[in-house]
Amino acid sequence: MLGLNKKDTGLFLFVLALIVFAPFILNPFPESSDLARFNAGYPDLMQRFVIFGIFAIGFNILFGLTGYLSFGHAAFLGVGSYAGVWMMKLLTVNIVPALIAAIVVAGIFSLVIGYICLRRSGIYFSILTLAFAQMSFALAYSVLTPITAGETGLQLSLADPRILEAANASGTIPAANFFGLEMRSGFDWAVGDWVFTFNFGYYLCAVFMLIAFYISIRIFRSPFGMMLRAVKSNQQRMGYTGLNSKPYMLAAFVISGMYAGLAGGLMVAVDPLAGADRMFWTASGEVVLMTILGGVGTLLGPVLGAGMIKYFENIFSRLNESDLNALFGFLPDFIQAPLVTVAQMFVGDGWLMTLGLMFMLIVIFLPGGLLEGVQRLGALVSRKKKTNEPSQPAAAPAE
Amino acid sequence: MTLIRKPLSRRSVLRAGAAGGALLATPTIFTSRAWAQSYTNEPTGSTVTLGFNVPQSGVYADEGADQLRAYELAVEHINGEGDGGMMNTFSSKALKGNGILGKKVVYVTGDTQTKTDAARASARSMIEKDGAIMITGGSSSGPAVAVQALCQEAGVIFMAGLTHANDTTGKDRRANGFRHFFNSYMSGAALAPVLKNAYGADRNAYYLTADYNWGYTTEQAISEATEAIGWNTVNKVLTPLGAGDFSSYIAPVLQSGADTLVLVHYGGDMVNSLTNAVQFGLREAQANGKDFQIVVPLFSRLMARGAGENIKGIFGSTNWHWSLQDEGSQAFTRSFGQKYGFPPSQAAHTVYCQTLLYADACERAGTFNPCGVVEALEDFEFDGLGNGKTLYRAEDHQCFKDVLVVKGKENPTSEFDLLEIVEITPAEQVTYPHDHPQFAGGALGTCNPGA
Repeated sequence: MLGLNKKDTGLFLFVLALIVFAPFILNPFPESSDLARFNAGYPDLMQRFVIFGIFAIGFNILFGLTGYLSFGHAAFLGVGSYAGVWMMKLLTVNIVPALIAAIVVAGIFSLVIGYICLRRSGIYFSILTLAFAQMSFALAYSVLTPITAGETGLQLSLADPRILEAANASGTIPAANFFGLEMRSGFDWAVGDWVFTFNFGYYLCAVFMLIAFYISIRIFRSPFGMMLRAVKSNQQRMGYTGLNSKPYMLAAFVISGMYAGLAGGLMVAVDPLAGADRMFWTASGEVVLMTILGGVGTLLGPVLGAGMIKYFENIFSRLNESDLNALFGFLPDFIQAPLVTVAQMFVGDGWLMTLGLMFMLIVIFLPGGLLEGVQRLGALVSRKKKTNEPSQPAAAPAE
Repeated sequence: MTLIRKPLSRRSVLRAGAAGGALLATPTIFTSRAWAQSYTNEPTGSTVTLGFNVPQSGVYADEGADQLRAYELAVEHINGEGDGGMMNTFSSKALKGNGILGKKVVYVTGDTQTKTDAARASARSMIEKDGAIMITGGSSSGPAVAVQALCQEAGVIFMAGLTHANDTTGKDRRANGFRHFFNSYMSGAALAPVLKNAYGADRNAYYLTADYNWGYTTEQAISEATEAIGWNTVNKVLTPLGAGDFSSYIAPVLQSGADTLVLVHYGGDMVNSLTNAVQFGLREAQANGKDFQIVVPLFSRLMARGAGENIKGIFGSTNWHWSLQDEGSQAFTRSFGQKYGFPPSQAAHTVYCQTLLYADACERAGTFNPCGVVEALEDFEFDGLGNGKTLYRAEDHQCFKDVLVVKGKENPTSEFDLLEIVEITPAEQVTYPHDHPQFAGGALGTCNPGA
């Protein structure tokens, strides 16, 4: 289908199903139960899942295929965001110009930075990208305050020109929309004690993520992707055979920068504010973590990693003592009290520690990331199946 | 929860989503996120949810922790538990100690990380997931402005926490947002006369300013106010946020011909820059035949504790201090002290007041509808919350009240008794027209009830 082989089609359909049914998958617990606080099916977080999914997919095209570790990818996300908000301020709150501008500006920006940084490889490349990203952050945070609104973040205001729109005298800033459909709009669907939230902004971002995912599959399977893998395995040998790898590298860098720009554009489309924080080096580090957590160089891994980190950041960081008391309420007091005390270290502002521990465990025991975990589980299950069916002839290879 | 709206199928939604571009007219299903509700997150059960969005990590985590304590106390008092605190001294008696409009107050907390993005994400999840009807908190102006804009879009009320930059009720003001805390302009207006009395009218000031929005507006406010009393501005230097070591910025000060150093820094930056300045011997130095002086526009007790010895005798301004002798302040300090064992900070005080003011406004409006609350708060005059007679001005949703000018205490009696009140500047002296140049360029717009 669509030029994909059977296995990739399966993967694509799997992601499609995940995305379409996300409102159900993410809200497994009934509203009135104590576990409802682990539900993640509200618009903001669902949007974040897919947007950071796009960001990680793009990063993986660079890091997963070529092995070049960029430590400054958040800069492209931030530049995309600023471009997006400016389009919404100057032209219209319809998100289309914002998204186009976000991709184009991030693409140009990554072309410039990539051209300079790709003169070096390995750790030097990482440090160069980190330096550029921190420079962009510092510029956005203070020096360029007239353009970026500095610490406060760039946002829409009543006085914006919005030249493509009819004058508005209502006293409210129009909401970001896609040809009239507001990003915020949607509805809740209650089934018994379950409430599922459907949101237009989420589904729009999801469509973009599917397109991004499809393009990523095609790149992975293309001769271009093969060339990038060759860079990863031995760039020197490529040079000796007379191939100039530089254009390939630069193309990969720009593509991945444009993915980041799209993610940045979508972020402001669903929530029209661009803050300098999203260019900070920790944000660049986050996408590296996402990719490694999920599985470097795999198609699905980065998406899973992005989901996992965003889930921890938004759900675990918001648990507090009273939540824990409610969760462990069924236990006798003498167990509950110490358990809550210990658990408290891992939730709330301790969520980073939880994430750090998970990251260590995964890197040590599952070097291939979450995806390797899934594959191992799958292998375990299928092996069990085999032992359950002794009638099958033993056709195992000799090794 | 009975959130059932229209029994429509998933399929039609998807189709509409895909074909959305072609459908210029908005289908009714999309506009009806809450057609059972007349405004966003209308509380239907026996409880009402408030969202406390404070920094629990990052540079202002101390302030955030103190704010959370105050919120818990306020919720207790509104629900009729504890000793009632400032509810007893508050001039409006609408609150009955049975929650708000008979509904028990529950709350959710979130971490702003003192970042605009994180603060917005946290606030959005409170509104979308937990059904919060009001968001409050914050210890920095960036997140406050960002969350205020979000609340305006989403149609809930925002009660700002500790935010001192002019922009919050200046160029970034919003109809759904309210600020109880004072601002940069007020600091300048309150400090200038005191500085004139203490240091004379012919000073040469040198500014070290934190390089972000709050720094800019505060530097502007202080320099304009001091120039009006005859001071001369020698130089204004921007310093990076979180620089750690300010020696290289302090070193040129003495040679510049200045005799007064104004440190427009807050939190850890102020502690570091002040310490550096003292190490360089600025406080013993002589310039232009006068003793060299240092001024810190915005003080807090938590900062004073960090700076230790160095803060003694230095002038600054603050919103509130627990040693105030009026009934309201004493009642609040007493009930906070009884619960936690130490006196509250100004950050705790302002958010406690904000929570009470919101609850009271709902009670007087008879509804949680943001537009009703906005109407109840606009031009509301009250007393008994520790700052004397206070007005919530309708034009910019800023509170006008007395401002404290304080000085680092020479002989502190305890680790909390670090600031000494020099003067209580009356509200009239710090009041400005709502279209003052330092606040120009903003428009409240109309209140948004969402849904």
